[in-house]
Amino acid sequence: MTVLETSGLSKRYRGVSALRDCNLAIPAGHVVALVGPNGAGKSTLLQLAVGLQRPSSGTIRVLDGKVPGSPAALAGVGFVAQNAPMYRNMSVAGMLQMARDLNLVFDGAYALRRIEDIGIPLKAKVGALSGGHQAQLALAIALAKRPQLLVLDEPLARLDPLAKHEFLGVLMAAAAAEGMSVIFSSHVLAELERISDYLVLVNRGRIQLAGRVDAVLAGHRVLTGPPQALPALPPTLAPIRIAGAGAQVHLLVRTPGQEDPVAPGFAAQPAVLEELVLAYLQEPGATSLPGPRLAASGVPTR
Amino acid sequence: MIDKHLVGASSVAFRLDHGSGVPTYLQLVQQVEQALRLGLIGPGDQLPTVKDVVQTLAINPNTVMKAYRELEHRGLAAGRPGQGTFVKAALQRVSGPEQVALAQRLRAWVRDAVASGLDDESIAAIFAAAMRDVHDHQNGAIA
Repeated sequence: MTVLETSGLSKRYRGVSALRDCNLAIPAGHVVALVGPNGAGKSTLLQLAVGLQRPSSGTIRVLDGKVPGSPAALAGVGFVAQNAPMYRNMSVAGMLQMARDLNLVFDGAYALRRIEDIGIPLKAKVGALSGGHQAQLALAIALAKRPQLLVLDEPLARLDPLAKHEFLGVLMAAAAAEGMSVIFSSHVLAELERISDYLVLVNRGRIQLAGRVDAVLAGHRVLTGPPQALPALPPTLAPIRIAGAGAQVHLLVRTPGQEDPVAPGFAAQPAVLEELVLAYLQEPGATSLPGPRLAASGVPTR
Repeated sequence: MIDKHLVGASSVAFRLDHGSGVPTYLQLVQQVEQALRLGLIGPGDQLPTVKDVVQTLAINPNTVMKAYRELEHRGLAAGRPGQGTFVKAALQRVSGPEQVALAQRLRAWVRDAVASGLDDESIAAIFAAAMRDVHDHQNGAIA
């Protein structure tokens, strides 16, 4: 099953391009990190996925071919928008009641249990809750829909370290228990490797990189060596980024095979996810799109 | 004070060192092996459920499943459908004489390294790199 599939997806706002020709096929059962700088098109992609926006051209489907925003898609997809917007003057109990009324499927007992576990008072006004508790309340409501796919836009942005840890703990436990797929956007790189096992890199409206984290890491190496050895580098290696100066340079290269690349004078080391993501973001022209489906659709991989 | 990163009151208590460079799943595998070695857990004991581990450590569920699969692969644990993962075997210890022989060879190597002018940190770095190389080659097919 695919949870999100796009083909030639583009979105323009008043002639300004927010997403261009995006091709994705994300399989079920992953926690997907959608990563990119501010303004890269992350929120646009997520809003298209939950049906809050319509594509300018191309197609987007969720949960095996469902049109975002259609009743079938709405039943299976949960969404926590950026900053978890809720009615600030409503009580926590009121928010729960409204969520129950608005959703065909709503496990009120689950939501209540979660809220009591965290220690959020039911009578409190939503606006009076801490940022961490507001985020937890929004998550509890979204999870009570029992979605097959949960989409979260920058869920970690406002959380302090403890709130972030507790929020992610609940989210990961729900993914483990229900087999739910998760797609979340983030511009924070630090905890990506622990949380996500599938990476989608968006930069300037284009998909730069998409794939399972272990496959992405296995497909790259960092070569370290003296700058004098650079001219002798095999042309097939085509570094994504060259960093460092003076006595040593570090090159991030793609390695399609299992073996370390042969580059005289250079030592190969495994790539670290954070360093790899940064290198791609710093080189918006570089793309690497593994995956048979994408290769078959003829996406240029410059 | 109770560390929130510790999981499991009755069996293995997992913790993570995010700065160690050791992949998370391998840290979990090593901690189960260590608990087996120390006799803290034994055959029949249940490992923490995937849900409990990910809730407490805030990590990806597939990472825990990968660790438990690796333990099954090493013959140390077995999954029981609908129940969880259980310790299957005690850790294969190296026999006394074999361990002594290995230690002797390592001591000889360390003496050589010291004689050639390497300091302790350089020796430790060489050892760690060799361990990493061997593990990488063993795990290459899985990764």
